[in-house]
Amino acid sequence: MAVLLADGTPTQVETVTITVDGTSIEARKGEMVIAAAERGGVYIPRFCWHPRLRPVGMCRMCLVEVKNPRGWGLAPACYVPVADGQEVITDSPKVKKAQDGVLEFLLINHPLDCPVCDRGGECPLQDQTFAFGPGESRMIEEKRHWEKPIPINPLVALDRERCIQCARCTRFADEVAGDAGIDFVGRADATEVNTFLTGTFESNFAGNIVQICPVGALTAAPYRFKARPWDIDVIESTCTFCSVGCRISVQSSQNRLTRHLGIDSDPVNHGWLCDKGRFGYEAIESESRLTTPLVRGADGSLTEASWTLAMQAAADGLRQIVDTSGSGAVAVLGGARLANEDAYAWAKLAKSVLGTDNVDCQLGDGLPAEVVLGLPQATIDEACAAPAILLLGPDLKEELPVLYLRLREAIVDKGVPLVELVPAGTGLTRHAAVSLKHRPGEAATVARALVGAIAGARVSSEGAGGVSGADLVKAAEVLGKEGVVVVLGRPSLAEPASATVDAAGVLAQGLPGVRFLPALRRANVRGALDMGLAPGLLPGRVSLADGAAWFGADSAWAAVPGGRGLDATAILQAAVDHDIHALILLGADPLADFPDRGLARRALDAVAFTVAVDTFANPSVRGADVVLPAAGFAERPGTTTNIEGRVTRLGQKVTAPGTARPDWTIAVELATRLGSDLGFDSLDSIAAEVERLAPSHAGLTPAMLAAPGHRDGLVVPLTRPQAPVEPNRPVEAVEVAAAEAQGETLLPEPEPDADAPLEPLAGVRYDDTAAASDDGRPPLLTFVPVAATSPSPPVDAYSLRLVSGRSLYDAGVLVQQSPALAPLAPGASLRAHPHDLGHLGVTTGDQVRVTSSRGSLTLRAVADSSVLRGSAVLAFNQPGPGAADLIDARQPVTDVRVETVAPGSGHVA
Amino acid sequence: MLTDAAAIVTARLGVPNSWTLKAYLETGGYAGLRKALSMTPEEVSAEVMTANLLGRGGAGFEVGRKWSMLAKPRPAYLVINGDESEPCTYKDHMLLEADPHQIIEGTLICAYATGAAQAFIFVRGEFALGIERITAALNEAYAYGAVGPNIFGSGFSVDVVIHPGAGAYICGEETALLESLEGKRGFPRDKPPYFPAVKGLYMQPTVVNNVESVSNLPWIVLNSGEAFKGLGQGRSTGTRIFSLSGHVRQPANFEIEMSKTTFRDLIYDPKLGGGIRHDNQLKAFIPGGASAPWFGPDHLDMGLDQDAVGKAGSMLGSGSVIVMDHTTCMVRASWRITRFFHRESCGQCTPCREGGGWLDKILHRIESGAGREADLDLLLDICDNIAPGLSWPPQKTTICVLGPSIPSSITSAIKMFRDEFLVHIKEGGCPFG
Amino acid sequence: MARLTPDNVRRCRDLIGLYPQSRSALIPMLHVAQEQDGWLTPEAMEHVGEMLDITPAEVYGTASFYDMLFTTPVGRHLVSVCTNLACLLNGGVELLEHAEASLGVAAGGTTDDGEFTLEEVECIAFCGAAPCLAVNWRFFGSVTTDAFDHLVDDLRTGRLADEVPPHGTLCRVRRNVGLTAGDATATPVAAPAAGTTEGA
Ligand SMILES: Cc1cc2nc3c(=O)[nH]c(=O)nc-3n(C[C@H](O)[C@H](O)[C@H](O)COP(=O)(O)O)c2cc1C
Ligand code: SF4
Ligand code: FES
Repeated sequence: MAVLLADGTPTQVETVTITVDGTSIEARKGEMVIAAAERGGVYIPRFCWHPRLRPVGMCRMCLVEVKNPRGWGLAPACYVPVADGQEVITDSPKVKKAQDGVLEFLLINHPLDCPVCDRGGECPLQDQTFAFGPGESRMIEEKRHWEKPIPINPLVALDRERCIQCARCTRFADEVAGDAGIDFVGRADATEVNTFLTGTFESNFAGNIVQICPVGALTAAPYRFKARPWDIDVIESTCTFCSVGCRISVQSSQNRLTRHLGIDSDPVNHGWLCDKGRFGYEAIESESRLTTPLVRGADGSLTEASWTLAMQAAADGLRQIVDTSGSGAVAVLGGARLANEDAYAWAKLAKSVLGTDNVDCQLGDGLPAEVVLGLPQATIDEACAAPAILLLGPDLKEELPVLYLRLREAIVDKGVPLVELVPAGTGLTRHAAVSLKHRPGEAATVARALVGAIAGARVSSEGAGGVSGADLVKAAEVLGKEGVVVVLGRPSLAEPASATVDAAGVLAQGLPGVRFLPALRRANVRGALDMGLAPGLLPGRVSLADGAAWFGADSAWAAVPGGRGLDATAILQAAVDHDIHALILLGADPLADFPDRGLARRALDAVAFTVAVDTFANPSVRGADVVLPAAGFAERPGTTTNIEGRVTRLGQKVTAPGTARPDWTIAVELATRLGSDLGFDSLDSIAAEVERLAPSHAGLTPAMLAAPGHRDGLVVPLTRPQAPVEPNRPVEAVEVAAAEAQGETLLPEPEPDADAPLEPLAGVRYDDTAAASDDGRPPLLTFVPVAATSPSPPVDAYSLRLVSGRSLYDAGVLVQQSPALAPLAPGASLRAHPHDLGHLGVTTGDQVRVTSSRGSLTLRAVADSSVLRGSAVLAFNQPGPGAADLIDARQPVTDVRVETVAPGSGHVA
Repeated sequence: MLTDAAAIVTARLGVPNSWTLKAYLETGGYAGLRKALSMTPEEVSAEVMTANLLGRGGAGFEVGRKWSMLAKPRPAYLVINGDESEPCTYKDHMLLEADPHQIIEGTLICAYATGAAQAFIFVRGEFALGIERITAALNEAYAYGAVGPNIFGSGFSVDVVIHPGAGAYICGEETALLESLEGKRGFPRDKPPYFPAVKGLYMQPTVVNNVESVSNLPWIVLNSGEAFKGLGQGRSTGTRIFSLSGHVRQPANFEIEMSKTTFRDLIYDPKLGGGIRHDNQLKAFIPGGASAPWFGPDHLDMGLDQDAVGKAGSMLGSGSVIVMDHTTCMVRASWRITRFFHRESCGQCTPCREGGGWLDKILHRIESGAGREADLDLLLDICDNIAPGLSWPPQKTTICVLGPSIPSSITSAIKMFRDEFLVHIKEGGCPFG
Repeated sequence: MARLTPDNVRRCRDLIGLYPQSRSALIPMLHVAQEQDGWLTPEAMEHVGEMLDITPAEVYGTASFYDMLFTTPVGRHLVSVCTNLACLLNGGVELLEHAEASLGVAAGGTTDDGEFTLEEVECIAFCGAAPCLAVNWRFFGSVTTDAFDHLVDDLRTGRLADEVPPHGTLCRVRRNVGLTAGDATATPVAAPAAGTTEGA
């Protein structure tokens, strides 16, 4: 069978032919009869079978007749692999009796409390009972009883009376998430699912078990009794709570978001979501949403204002500063919250209208655009199929959770070896072939030794950068293959990006055929960079130098900045130094997110004028002079780009609160008031300009993205290999049920004018292998590593060197404004090796005073032997004072002194 | 006819301290192993194949043939099944306590013949004394040089581990046993693809043999497969232990020649069962453990022959014969067996997990006088939904055959004693008090 | 009650050493834990999980499958009366009823003094001596009601202490060799052959 790739290339899949109910079906070798039949249009009922879990054949709902050498016999369709010439019957009286029998068995002890069950209306058990089931129970005896819903963690409740023991949740927990915190307990018909006696189901992925539970046994605390499935409206979208870009079904009831469900996107999320992505929608409705513009009045307080007034105030303030101090006195921070179209409009406003290149969508917590965009790229699928993976980045389980799931599957199930080059253990450490834990700031040193070892250099036994020689040799063995994929991000905010950039440069030059998968966390950071929201960059992944002529020659662009501007750290420093006087915060909260809170605070205090465009009144916004409320997630359409460069569509499901509006319209109006016309009156008009001007997006049209075959999005530039388009991919029943509950197909497609989804993409004009094409388009950015410098200062025996990464639940607005998630932020505590703590006479639970050159605070200590000796780990951005109060953004490392404190002494920042 | 065939596996039964190495060696112990080690593994396998030793664990599969099916990519493991939990079967329990060295010797011969990398003897957890005896015996055997590296200087090495179970009937089923041995819940694996000989312990080729099965090996090696085959007849060769229980005067384990001896001999011969207690009348007997369909007095003259019993619609199973006299309430008997399966279902398959519980409830209701006439058809229909057609081997409505075994006692009881059910229903209680 | 004692940790390490994959030692280790405390305390289950690198939920989930493993406290003497077919036919149910009356607890219960837990069990493979029972898995056959009362008396007064160790003690003989087949230099496991088996 040929499957067409999105670019039209056919790939061969090995097939066999089977006959189901007399019709012959081409089935993929290795798949189970149940999946093959579904491809062929025959739906066999099932409960335990799930396309993304290993089959267990437990529920026996899928019994069909299969011909075997001894004649026809009943067999579970989910547990019989297809074989050439196989004959299957799914609709005989024998099959029907067997299936009805199983259904009756499942129902005899079921509470039949459908009217009060969250699953009522989208429950396969209910549906099948309705379709085939007996009308009345033949069991007159007392049913089995369990205590009604018990919480198995703060987000999920379990009703064991409704459980049909299909093992989907336990398999997900064990096989997919690697968090085996629930298991079957007991035996026979007293079997229940439960947690450990004194534990809960600790997982960043717990919501998935609610989604895949085929009945209403598992329910989500934030959703329980919120809505009935038949009241629900659905639209397909992409989660923007991090940059993995999981496909989701956004559901609402009466213009209020009620639920996110994962959609099975083969190249991205396989149907899974992290709990933040699933439950963070609550934040949309938070009280602290900005609903109306605010302007700082004469009395110094922010007061509500009309859009006209606020826009004029913003334009006047900016105009005045540009007039008196020049374009370079204005800077734009942020933009990763925005959709691609918003980001383009704002990049154009900043660079062409305001004329400043002091623009950075990252807040000193990412990597330079050249590195993110300019290294050879890999998709998630490519990483998962690589000969080996090297993680030089953060703890993916916390920062990019579903990427963690994808890589974990590749490592655990497919045997792809992983090497970690990290300053502290991660969620993947237990699966790593080798975990190279380096001293903070010394990743490049280790990378150099590693590359040397691969090239055959002798490795000294003391190793390098805190990593032993033996481990280096082991890692070199694993990585000494062509085509390794490096997952690249910021492992720690307590050291500057340059430490990681240096290491990446070494790897880029030293590993043959290496490719990189960026692991930056912030929502649409990739799209914002693609659209040019970074210093020295123009839309379409081109450098200012290369692109100036191309953009300058186009009538759509009034001007192009004269030279490379400043990045976030330099912008804040320039503000403190009174070189920058106006800041535009585009959904940015430097006080929370910039690694060095002291610098951020001084900068915000120093600037004369601040405009904040945001969805929430976060601490940085509260200090602005003009505040413009923006439409948030699910409140506006558009497109977004994930870490791979995959562009997908966002769906609008509810209306924005108050007068909040999409960011691009704010840019358009601000431009008008500044005397310019951005030339946009719709998203499509922006998309058209992006397609025309941005080299990376050449050929990409909204119609193409809307085509049914492209629901997984398209990776730009379009010359990159695209994921295969799978006709009739078996989908999870719940997804279908949820959509079909209102008589819709899963994807409400806009007018499909590209109605031939399997045709090769039309209009691809750009070839990224050519330096520049004939029509004058500039070449895509490439990253040329420079010889790394920045040696770390010597370690002093009295200090611990800080490592600070993010955790899934933090003090960020999204988590804190979601009632279900807010309590889950673990809080700041200092983890250090028991040996180092022992020196201080400190054990787990003791309070310690932690002092850096920047500040001092009191924290709870935790002894953790997985922390490298001499290091200390402190999660970034937890509620209260924290790592940002210790980090000096200008230093190559952050050393802290740790002292004991008498119990009871409070926090000191 | 009770033949004069000498005991093979129970020969050492009366010997004082029969479980010690000293007693074992004094009675010819480990001679079989020594002889086996002087042969090639293929020659040993050939003897066992000739003997046509049928597995004594329940399924009655030829031991030699099972060995020959071991898939190639090695290592292979050997697992000895001493989980004996089939109701009213108590022969392995006895062998473990009385003759543990014989089990170890048989295990080693099997390991040698199959080239196993390591052997495990899975002993039912409840057999505390048995576990102590066989552990002590293993220690002695190691010290004696019969286990471990370079056994008896032959160059053959193998380790044996005694693995205690923890109480779950289903772990006697070979794939559940392997899961349990891997430290997991005793969930049977679906076959195909998890035939132990292909994907067994740790997904490696594995031989699973019963304790009594391997206890025969020293004798077979010493006396030849032909000699073994000379006992019994047809496919049912050699002698076999039958656990006799219920309403007989002398319930005990009897090792007798297969096929030639009849159920009547077993139950009535003064040297064996000695007849029904109080000279009561035989009402029914179960020929092969609780999973087997029942026989009435008309089957008494059938030989203890695997194929004959199978052809008559039941099975010799685990070799336990349970005798019920005319005072027995058949509703109660079938209820008790059903309750056993209900409680021992591993809980994976819907028909077994839910069906077992439901049948238990209905039978209990009938027994306690609240039955309805429609319940008999309901019982039979539920049985049919668990095991469509009630055929054997069953349809694959469940992962293992525990589920499809549940109907045996119910359908037997209803078929043979329908009136008794009706009396319960009509009189609202048990006529037997 | 608590985590495993250092001696039991050593025993568990030896057990792990006997298997190609460590998790195989789970059930034997749980027997050790049960021998230590008479039942499986949450702390012991966590400790076992740590040693095997599996979650406490997996330890508990596995343990709870098996009838012999108790995750709630049990009396010093676990009296297991069989009522399966052979015993049923020979008065097993009546024996159980007598036991309930005599101990003053229903099957599944524990006497107030914590001495006895009574349970009804499936066939314990002692059918030649039906009706039968086991105390801490030491078997007693052909048990009449009088014999039962005597037995309880003997247990209470400690007269059977040698034959019937406290609940949880399964095997008093320790394996005294490690795995040696592949490795002639393999060391014996720590525990000497402490204790011996009793007579028949
Ligand atoms: C539910 C069930 C329980 C079983 N219990 C036992 C048992 O306790 N002992 C045993 O040896 N075999 C038992 N068996 C049979 C085993 O699966 C397997 O066939 C046997 O151990 C193979 O050994 P053999 O070929 O030497 O008989 C059981 C099978 C089933 C389906
Ligand atoms: S038939 Fe019963 S015992 Fe066998 S696997 Fe299924 S549920 Fe378990
Ligand atoms: S047994 Fe096939 S779907 Fe459950």
